Amino acid sequence: MPEHIGRTASDLPDGGDEGESYGRPFWTGTVSFGLVNVPVGLFPASRSNPTALRMVSQGGTPLHRRFYTARDDRELSRDDIVRGYEVEKDRFVVLDDDELERLAPEKTGDVDLRVFVKRSEIDPMYFERGYYLVPVGANTKAYRLLARVMEDMELAGIATFVMRGKEYLVAIMAENGILRAETLRFADELRTPERIGLPKPARVPDADLKRVEREIARLTESELDENELVDHPAVKLLDLVEKKLKKDKDVLELPEEQEEEEATGADVIDLRKALERSLRKGAAAKRSTRRKRSTAKRG
Amino acid sequence: MWKGRITFGSIELPVKLYAAVEDKSIHFRLLDAKNNEPVVQHMIDPKTGDVVPSEEVRSAYATKAGQLVLLDEDELDATEPRDSREVEILRFVDSDAIASEWYDRPYWLGPDGQTSRLYFALARALADQNKEGVARWVMRKKEYVGALKAEGGHLALITLRRTGEVVPASSLSPPRGRDLNQKEVAMARQLVESMQGSFDIESYHDTYRERVQELADAKAEGKVVKFPRTPRRESQKSLASVLQKSLAAARQGKAAGRKSA
Repeated sequence: MPEHIGRTASDLPDGGDEGESYGRPFWTGTVSFGLVNVPVGLFPASRSNPTALRMVSQGGTPLHRRFYTARDDRELSRDDIVRGYEVEKDRFVVLDDDELERLAPEKTGDVDLRVFVKRSEIDPMYFERGYYLVPVGANTKAYRLLARVMEDMELAGIATFVMRGKEYLVAIMAENGILRAETLRFADELRTPERIGLPKPARVPDADLKRVEREIARLTESELDENELVDHPAVKLLDLVEKKLKKDKDVLELPEEQEEEEATGADVIDLRKALERSLRKGAAAKRSTRRKRSTAKRG
Repeated sequence: MWKGRITFGSIELPVKLYAAVEDKSIHFRLLDAKNNEPVVQHMIDPKTGDVVPSEEVRSAYATKAGQLVLLDEDELDATEPRDSREVEILRFVDSDAIASEWYDRPYWLGPDGQTSRLYFALARALADQNKEGVARWVMRKKEYVGALKAEGGHLALITLRRTGEVVPASSLSPPRGRDLNQKEVAMARQLVESMQGSFDIESYHDTYRERVQELADAKAEGKVVKFPRTPRRESQKSLASVLQKSLAAARQGKAAGRKSA
């Protein structure tokens, strides 16, 4: 069972949406250029799989995940478990939280923009995940200044930073006065056409090009239609859920304590509302270490 | 690798689809601290404390109102899309029409079959006209929408996130405040200009990943590992004076020194 777990039990697996609540930014820190610091909070620009399902028992009780010894099936608590790296088959070295923490190139919390590049130079194949940056604190001047300059000049600032136990390469850019970050894949994470073994681009006969161009022109529209991005199977699933709710068929109450363990329910509308509020007022500087469902709900 | 057919108008183009992303992250196993043996995981019923075998696990959808709706296997099967080899192009748009927040996972497309003429014609036409196609297809019982693009003479398909998963930038309003001081805007512009360069993805490495790897290797050989300390940043003064200082530093090339530190 390969597993990429967070730093501590209270930490979340990186990049995942599990338990992400949208009342507050999930990371706060500083974006800097030159000696200028811009305190910001980070919100994801998207959430994945809004129709993720729960695992329940035959009777409908939400199940909990527990860890056991392989040898005698004894249950283990979080404290009995360490993180190991497999150096060869069945031989592991243990890496503890403290060691990994000390490997971080710079203490987390800093996104130092070291170079600004033309936005068009960054191939979107490298984009991994989008985030919005919201100003932290009442003074939004440095935030707006950076956004204005980057947007006017069509530039993106490039930085690396460490968040939740992983190093990220990010491009920070501005759109409509709002700062956003795209985490980028590193070069070695993207295969090249040569490595896959695609044939080299060849000369194209004019007749073929003309034919393709004609068909493209026929289907060209001026903009994206978000209706085409509707997830049909997800809609079907939600319809089914709706029907069953109406008929009160197979509907159970979710036990309270389960809600505490795995926060759910925050959807993209909650996220948008939280973003709106933070962009208007600035995000709170400190995030609480324990996020309760009630905060997520209000968000 | 998956095989399909791009179709639009009279065009039918057989393609092979390859994952463009290679997982390089370091994977850990959870171990029993007592003997460093991998642990196993089970799902348990918290009411009884009993382990529930995987064939007895059911699926349920949790609503925001705190309800659980149980879903049967055949009900779930009915929501699955019908299998098909067709990659249908719904429309073509200018390549800036699809904002980056929609992008999810990139794939390479290669020509499949006798000839690659149409494949390269499509790549060439999309590049020349700076256009992208919006494609929809079903792959391994999952429905996808993607942006069909030309990439250095080849075709690529980047899957897109779906409606309801993304907060579009256009739906948000920017933070407000007193008008920016023109002098400060000019200084910030100069500062950013002084730090302008070209984008070279190859020059970045996941140094953290490399260090974790080194640490693991060193420990495997029984070596003692030393950890370097990292410096803290100084506190912020007034924006104008900081801009001034940064600019001065940039002019003297000191900024460059700091930047490569």
